[in-house]
Amino acid sequence: MVDELQAPRLGKPQQGVAGPFYRRYMSAAIEISDLVKTFGRTRALDGLELQVRTGEVHGFLGPNGSGKSTTIRVLLGLLRADSGDVRLLGGDPWREAAGLHKRLAYVPGDVNLWPNLSGGEVIDLLGRLRGGLDERRRAELLERFDLDPTKKGRTYSKGNRQKVALVAALSSDVELLILDEPTSGLDPLMEAVFQECIAEVTGQGRTVLLSSHILAQVEALCDRLTIIRLGRSIETGSMADLRHLTRTSIACETRSPATGLTELAGVHDLVVEGTRARFQVDTGELDEAITHLTRFGIRTLTSQPPTLEELFLRHYGDELAAAGVDES
Amino acid sequence: MTTLAGTATLTRFGFRRERFALVLWALAGAFVYYSQAVGVDIAYPTQPELDAVAASMEGNAAMIAMAGPPRALDTIGGQVAFQASAFGMIVAGLMSMFVIGRHTRANEETGRDELIRSSVVGRHAPFAAAAIIATVANVLYGAVVALSLISYGLAAAGSIALGIGATCAGLVFAAVALLAAQITENTRTVYGITGAAIGAAYVLRAVGDVGSGALSWLSPLGWGQAMRPYDGEIWWPALLSLAVAVAVGLAALRVLDHRDVGAGVFPPRPGPARAPQGLLGEFGLAWRLQRGTLVGWSVGLFLGGVAFGTIGNDVGDLLGDVDIGELLGQESASMVDAFYAMAAAMLAMIGSAYTISSALRPRAEEAAGHLEPLLSTALTRIRWIAGHAVITLAGSALVLALAGLGMGLMYGIIADDMAQVPRMLGATLVYLPAAWVLGGLTRSCSASCRGSPPPPGSAWPSASSS
Repeated sequence: MVDELQAPRLGKPQQGVAGPFYRRYMSAAIEISDLVKTFGRTRALDGLELQVRTGEVHGFLGPNGSGKSTTIRVLLGLLRADSGDVRLLGGDPWREAAGLHKRLAYVPGDVNLWPNLSGGEVIDLLGRLRGGLDERRRAELLERFDLDPTKKGRTYSKGNRQKVALVAALSSDVELLILDEPTSGLDPLMEAVFQECIAEVTGQGRTVLLSSHILAQVEALCDRLTIIRLGRSIETGSMADLRHLTRTSIACETRSPATGLTELAGVHDLVVEGTRARFQVDTGELDEAITHLTRFGIRTLTSQPPTLEELFLRHYGDELAAAGVDES
Repeated sequence: MTTLAGTATLTRFGFRRERFALVLWALAGAFVYYSQAVGVDIAYPTQPELDAVAASMEGNAAMIAMAGPPRALDTIGGQVAFQASAFGMIVAGLMSMFVIGRHTRANEETGRDELIRSSVVGRHAPFAAAAIIATVANVLYGAVVALSLISYGLAAAGSIALGIGATCAGLVFAAVALLAAQITENTRTVYGITGAAIGAAYVLRAVGDVGSGALSWLSPLGWGQAMRPYDGEIWWPALLSLAVAVAVGLAALRVLDHRDVGAGVFPPRPGPARAPQGLLGEFGLAWRLQRGTLVGWSVGLFLGGVAFGTIGNDVGDLLGDVDIGELLGQESASMVDAFYAMAAAMLAMIGSAYTISSALRPRAEEAAGHLEPLLSTALTRIRWIAGHAVITLAGSALVLALAGLGMGLMYGIIADDMAQVPRMLGATLVYLPAAWVLGGLTRSCSASCRGSPPPPGSAWPSASSS
C-alpha cells in the first residue's frame, strides 16, 4: 500500500545556496498519481504513484520489468500516459517536453552512442542541445571519472559509455537529474566517484530520481524511496520509516541457555543451540528482546541492522518462492 | 576442420532467420523476368509487330545503355533477356548484399557474434555459414527464374542460361559483400561498398554495350549477358563469374584470418576531445551522421553521369533509320537528346535510391536507441526530424545536380559544346520533385509502421516529416 508521508522523519540536512531558490517555486519535483500505461495487452504501469520532493534524492526500486524505465520514459515525455496525472517540475511532461528538458538531465541504464562520434563530441552535443554545460565541471568530471573523450563511440566499453552519459548529465546546470540505473557497468572505484558526485549535487539543492538495483547505493544516497512492483507502488517513505518495517538479526551467546524467546512478540526464525541463539526480531520489538536476553547473561552479541535487501526480499519473497528460491 | 565447427548449426539458424526473405527475393526475381515475357506477349501479339519493335530497339542507344546488348529481339526470349536480365541480376546482387551483411558484420557490430563465438563455434564457421546461405539463396533465385520462364513456354536452354546468369552475378556480389564485411567495421559501409560495386558494374556494361563492348567484359552483369540466352547460348562466361566469386571470397577469408573479431582492417583512430561548432545542433548532427553516405552517392552519380556523357557520340553510330524520337513520343527531339533524356531519367531513378536511404536514416537512429538521449534534452521531435529532412531534401538535389553536371561536362567536352552543361543539369534536376515525393512517402511509411509491440525505448508515436 502506498504510504505517503507528510514529512520525512529522516532526511539529510539540506545545505547549499540553490536549494531554497528551487524550493520557492514548487514543493514537489515529480508528482505522479494513478498512472496507467499499456503496451498492447501488457499493462506496464497500473496505477503507479510517485512523489519526489524538491531537493531530495529519491530511490526508485523494483525488480526487472516492474515498470521503472517505463515510468521514467513517461516523465521524459517519450511515452504518452494512457491515464493518470503526471507533473514534472510543475509542468506537463508530454506537452512541455522540450521546455522542461532544459531543466533536467537524464542518464539511461543502457547508453547507445553513435559509433563514429567521440565521447567528447557526444558530451558537447547533448550539453548544447540541453542549453549549455558548465565547462569547468565538464573538465573536472572527465578527470574524476577517468574518461578519455577522444575515443569513438564503438570503442568504449559498457562502463565507459555509461561514464559519457554521466559526465554529460552531471556537467549541465539543471534542477533535476533522472538516473535510470546509472552505474550499471561501472567499477567500484567509479561507483564511489558517482556517489560523491550525487552528494555534491544534492548539496546544491538539486533533486535526483535514482532508479537502481544496487541497494547499498540507494541506502547510501537516498533520503526517501519508492518501491514498485508490477507497475504499482507498494511502499514509499524515508529510509528510517521503512527500516521500521523490517527485522533486525540477532546472534548471541549467553551464560545460561536462553529460554522463553519464542513467547516474545516479534521474534522469528529462532535457532537455539545450547548457549547460542540466533533469531530475527521486528525492529519495533528490539528493546523487549534484548531486555529478555540480559536475564541469561549476555556474553557476546552481534546485531545486524535491517538492510534494504531484506526489505526488498520481503516484498518480493512470494515471487522468489514461486520461482523456487528459498527466502531465508 | 575445427575452424568450421558449428557451421551446420549456424547455417540452419541462418535459414531460419531468412526463411521468408529468401522466398520473397526469389519471387521478386522471377517477377522481373516473368512479367517481361507476359508484357511482350501482350504488347506485340504478332510476329510482324515483334519484328518492328525489335528493329527499332536494335538501334536505340538509350535502351541498350539501360538494358544490355540487343540480341534475338524478334523473339520473346530475346526480349526477356534484353529487358530483364540486367535488373534481375541487380536484384540478385542486392539480395546477396543484404544476406551477407546481416549474417556477418551486422552480427559482429551488435555483439551477437561474440555470444555465438563463445560457444563451440570455429573461427571460420560464421563466415562459412554466411557464404553457404548466400550461395543457396542465389541458386534458389536462379532456379525459380529459370523454372518460371520454362513454365511460361520459353526455350529451356535460354531460360536456364538466364537463371545461371543471375545466380552467378549474385555470387560475385555476395563475394564482394563478404570482402567488404571484413574490411569495414560497420554494416552500413558494407552496403555502401557493395552497392557501389553493383552500380559500377551497371555503368561499365552500359558504356561497354553502347560502345565497343570491351568494357562490358569488366562487369559481372556483362558476363551474365555474354551467355547469350535464347541466342545460341554459350556457357563459359558463367565459369568466369564463378572464378571471380571464388577468388574474391578467398581474399575475404584471408582478411578474416588477419583481423580481430569486431574490428575492421584499419585500426580505429581517436576523435576530437571537443565537438566542433558545426556538430552542435540537430542539423549539425544529422549532417555528421549522413555526410559519408551523401559523399558516396554524389561521387557515384557524378561518375555515372560522366560515363553516360562519354557515350554521346557513339549514339549516332548505332542509329539506323529508326526514329527514336517517335518511339519515345518526343517528335522534335534529336536522337542524342532522346538518349540523354532517357539517361537522365535513369540517373534520377538511381539518385532517388539515395533519397529513400536518407529518408530511412531517422528510423535507423531510433531503432539503434540514439533518439532517447537526444529527446531527453531540449530538442523537440519536430526539430530532430527536420534536421534529417533538410539533409534528405538538399542531399537529393545535390546528387541529381552532380549526375547532370557529370553528364553535361563530359558530353560538352566530347561534343565541344559547353551549353550542354546547363541543359543536362536541368534534365536531371527536373526529377527532383519526384525524388522528394519518394522521400516523403518513405518517411511517412517508416514513421507510421511501428512494427511489433515496442519494447520501452523504441516506442514513439509517429513523427512525420515533409
